[in-house]
Amino acid sequence: MNLKPIKAILLLPLALALATPTASADEFTDADLERWQQQFMGVVQQGRDLWTSPELGTNGVACAQCHPNAANTHPETYPKFQKQLGKVVPMWEMINWCLKNPLEGQPLAADDPKMTAIQAYVTHERRGVTLEPGKH
Amino acid sequence: MNTIHKSRRSFLKTAGAAALGSTLPISLIELAFADTAENFTFAYISDAHIQHIEGTRFVRNWDRGLIRAVAETNLLVPKPDFVFFGGDLAQLGTKAELDHGAEIMSALRYKVHYVMGEHDYYLDLGDYWEQLFGAQYYSFNHKGVHFVVLNSIRTYDDWTFNRWPSNEQRMLEMAGLDNPNGSPFMVGEEQRNWLKSDLSKVAKTTPIVVLSHSPLQKIFRGWNFWTEDAEEIQALLKPFDKVSVIYGHVHQIQYNQIGNISFNSVMATAWPWPYPQSYAQAEQYLPKLTVPMNRADPFFERDATGWQFINTSNGNVDLHYTLYNNTARSVVYNTKTKQPEDSAYQREDARIPPQTHF
Repeated sequence: MNLKPIKAILLLPLALALATPTASADEFTDADLERWQQQFMGVVQQGRDLWTSPELGTNGVACAQCHPNAANTHPETYPKFQKQLGKVVPMWEMINWCLKNPLEGQPLAADDPKMTAIQAYVTHERRGVTLEPGKH
Repeated sequence: MNTIHKSRRSFLKTAGAAALGSTLPISLIELAFADTAENFTFAYISDAHIQHIEGTRFVRNWDRGLIRAVAETNLLVPKPDFVFFGGDLAQLGTKAELDHGAEIMSALRYKVHYVMGEHDYYLDLGDYWEQLFGAQYYSFNHKGVHFVVLNSIRTYDDWTFNRWPSNEQRMLEMAGLDNPNGSPFMVGEEQRNWLKSDLSKVAKTTPIVVLSHSPLQKIFRGWNFWTEDAEEIQALLKPFDKVSVIYGHVHQIQYNQIGNISFNSVMATAWPWPYPQSYAQAEQYLPKLTVPMNRADPFFERDATGWQFINTSNGNVDLHYTLYNNTARSVVYNTKTKQPEDSAYQREDARIPPQTHF
């Protein structure tokens, strides 16, 4: 077995990292924090756009019609026992219930970027509220 | 036993026999005064939000709410003298929506008085609505009661006339309840002057019932549970002995007492709204008096819509709510504390878990 080429590949980025100490994994700057927040808020905005969009389902109904400012969605309580489904579910399952029923649309995959954006928006509107998983 | 109670019991009995008791998403309002021969009832349907999809398709859920209210109002015993529609017949104020709503409403076998909602108004400022339903604000007398209807969902002229590139855009901006580009509702100077003149011809002992779409009190500005010139309207109503304000818009049970004025909201036929305290990021002023309705269960399509009848025996307002999938509620005017109070749940320790909103 010849490991030499692999070692060479591994050593090259290590050498570069040593040459640029600011790239260490355990350090980040104010600029990094700002960029990450911008990334997050960009997805929150995508979520808000979806929340108010008549295009998310098939009948023109938007999430915001029943849930202004995402109120009465309670992301801080999930996962929880959803009595109507008879089991403990994460929030995205309830979002899909709404997509299928009041919006008469198709459910989204759990890792669909739209589902991520919706959850980012809903959670952002509840920022500061104590986490209470399971609460009804 | 007086006539008021007898007629209420007779109504309940009949409603029960027809299996309507817990399913009517309308409001039956009974007004009872010293002369019991003059007692009468009226029904109240509000916030249908008929929503056009395309062609002949409309959102089924909201259609069903209004169709049901109309059908059941026709079955009411005793027969109401007339019906009020409390505004937001349409979702985006289009001819298609207003026509479709008017068609459903045309099945009613009673005279209907309409109140303007923001979803009816901001496309063409009520032009087509006026052709269908008449004036945007008006008053009339009925069996000793002076009824006043206001268009309370107007706003600043600059927002209405100068802000938006198209009427469609203006409608969309106001249709989003939580849209920060919206603008606070108000009655405005024109109607305040008219109201002042209208009320100057009415005896101070005449019971006044004011119908508006938005609350004529300030609860939460972010969702327009709010009327910007509420205090000025309240001041015009202050000289009268008995005043009741009945409003739609909020899609939930609210009640309050400010001086001589009792405030009561009516239910929507379309969908319920959260109480403002469930939005964590803003201050709100839900009247402390209000014991909230139960949290809505979306798996029951018509849950948290409902109906109530109101009797104003002695000119004070008693509300009897019957709510779909919820226990009935009664909010009764307490002559000792001079405010409306829930007869079962008013005390903090009497409330049940579904009434906790967070």
